[in-house]
Amino acid sequence: MMEYIPLNFPFLAAALLVGVSFYIIIFKRNLIKLIMGIAMMASGVNLFLVALGYRAGGGAPIYTDAPPGPMVLPVPQALTLTSIVINVAVLALMLTIVIRIYRHTKSLDSEKSRRMKG
Amino acid sequence: MAALITHSPILIIAIPLFAAFLTLPIGMASKKARNALVIVSLAFVAFLVFALARDISINGIHVYTLGATSPDLTIPTGVMVPVRIILEVDGMSILMAIIWSIVALAAAIFSLSHIASETGQNRFYTLLLLMVTGGFGMMFTGDLFNLFVFLEITSISGAALIAFRTRSADTQEGGFKYIVVSAIASLMVLFAIGLLYGQYNLLNIGALAQVIQYTTSDMIALALLIIAFTIKAGMVPLHLWLPDAYSVAPASITGMLLITSHTCMYAAFRVCFTLYGGMLDTPVVGWIIIAFGLLSMFVGVTMALRQKDVMRFMSYHAISQLGYMWVGIGVGLAVLGNAELVGIGGYGRDAMSGGIFHILNDAMYMPLLFFIGGALFQCTGTRDLTKMGGLAHKLKWTTMLFIIGTLCISGIPPLNGFSSKILIYESVYQFHPILAITGIIVSILILASFAKAFHSAFMGAELPGYKAVKEVPRSMIIAMVILAAGIVFITLFPSLIVDWTIHPAADALIDPEGAYITAVTGAIP
Repeated sequence: MMEYIPLNFPFLAAALLVGVSFYIIIFKRNLIKLIMGIAMMASGVNLFLVALGYRAGGGAPIYTDAPPGPMVLPVPQALTLTSIVINVAVLALMLTIVIRIYRHTKSLDSEKSRRMKG
Repeated sequence: MAALITHSPILIIAIPLFAAFLTLPIGMASKKARNALVIVSLAFVAFLVFALARDISINGIHVYTLGATSPDLTIPTGVMVPVRIILEVDGMSILMAIIWSIVALAAAIFSLSHIASETGQNRFYTLLLLMVTGGFGMMFTGDLFNLFVFLEITSISGAALIAFRTRSADTQEGGFKYIVVSAIASLMVLFAIGLLYGQYNLLNIGALAQVIQYTTSDMIALALLIIAFTIKAGMVPLHLWLPDAYSVAPASITGMLLITSHTCMYAAFRVCFTLYGGMLDTPVVGWIIIAFGLLSMFVGVTMALRQKDVMRFMSYHAISQLGYMWVGIGVGLAVLGNAELVGIGGYGRDAMSGGIFHILNDAMYMPLLFFIGGALFQCTGTRDLTKMGGLAHKLKWTTMLFIIGTLCISGIPPLNGFSSKILIYESVYQFHPILAITGIIVSILILASFAKAFHSAFMGAELPGYKAVKEVPRSMIIAMVILAAGIVFITLFPSLIVDWTIHPAADALIDPEGAYITAVTGAIP
């Protein structure tokens, strides 16, 4: 059992990141902290994807002058890159809207800046 | 023409994408040219969608491989699995695409006058066309990761459009809620894709469906995917963001957002029926889908009864209408294992046809009602139903169209809402009577609440505050008439529509032969 822990360490870290970010998203009232929670969740999922493609002792997946031995999987890295780019756009849009909310309500507290109910 | 049809899946996605980036330079030069560009590109895309639909009804499923020497070369020579990006269009995806092309065109025409007084119109049309791109991508993609990418494109442009009217605080709040919910849902989708990729090293839906085992982590992936798409579709109890976002968006965008909800529903069913297919524990998952549907139907309509804001009122009705589709298709999923019940004449197939027919009908009358809500807001400057009154004296066209929409949504015969609801009632009654009874009660409540809304907005004496109200501009009426014409067409020829589009869509989801899978992987050995 114990020898699997170093191998699974990235997955544990990803689970921890996602768990903490869920806590932040649900319980924090500050909108900026909420956005930070979503950024953390994105990092957790990205870490999970990259860790999936890792092979023990693997090299970079480039065939030119490749050293002998296993290579890590290239597809999860491509997925992660795409996901990072998308998340940058999402976070930028969120921050823009938060600035607008602050200009209108002079507050970043999600309870105080909330207008619509029911 | 043949080459155009062969390449049409990618053209349908690419034309709005290129047009989106052209709107900015062209819009700086001339407003008229920009409007013409938007309308012409969307009309051409609609033409391509209809041409592709005809091709699919003749030749069956259409596969397009990006970057291959020939578009149907799904698996490159010397490789065992499909590694390229593949677009796959079957009966169900093309039905969704037909809906999306009509509503997007109507929404663009409606926007011409609806946002005429706003600043930043070039960017509005850029975002609108990007949203169209994302929606078509989600419908056509045969690849899980591209599903995620297009989901994000739709969400980002949708959130920016909801928050487009920046001068009031509630639009910003609605947009923020939408983007937060979308970001969490899409990360759940990405996590599920990671779980599936980690086991099978595949991303293509068809190729995955062939090897999927339904292990524990597959179950987790399925749960994540269903919950994520349920959040994005806005089903009760995960609906809390939906009325906030829908009620503050410009009305044309609300109509389009509704179709993105339908598209997420389509993605959920694509996952359940095609990706997991026969491996699924169908009664359990089917009942979960039915439970979401029942809750949405009932909670949606009861919440709508007490709303005063006209757009919010209609948003809750939109939730309750989504419930009908989930119940219909959920019954089909619950009996999927029984070949007799999902075969021709079985009630499983009829329930699915009813649910899918209701998607088509809902996509015609619900955007129409949202557009009318936007027209009322533009004429009176308020969304509060209690402050409106006597508007039928001034808004003759709008009143007529509102009556058509109201009769459709409450399922009054012979309008199209009735033809799909009767199909659902008759078939789900055989599965479990309580489903049909709930559906009929909800339908009565819908009629009651719309009668109240109609009375408070249109009936009564002319109010002194609205003496100066004029009929809405022509482009808004044209957009509403396009949708009303769709309603009239479906009302006149329901059996024609069912035979041509609904049954192929239902059969594409049920699909005992696995045409969606063999189109990618070749014949099963």
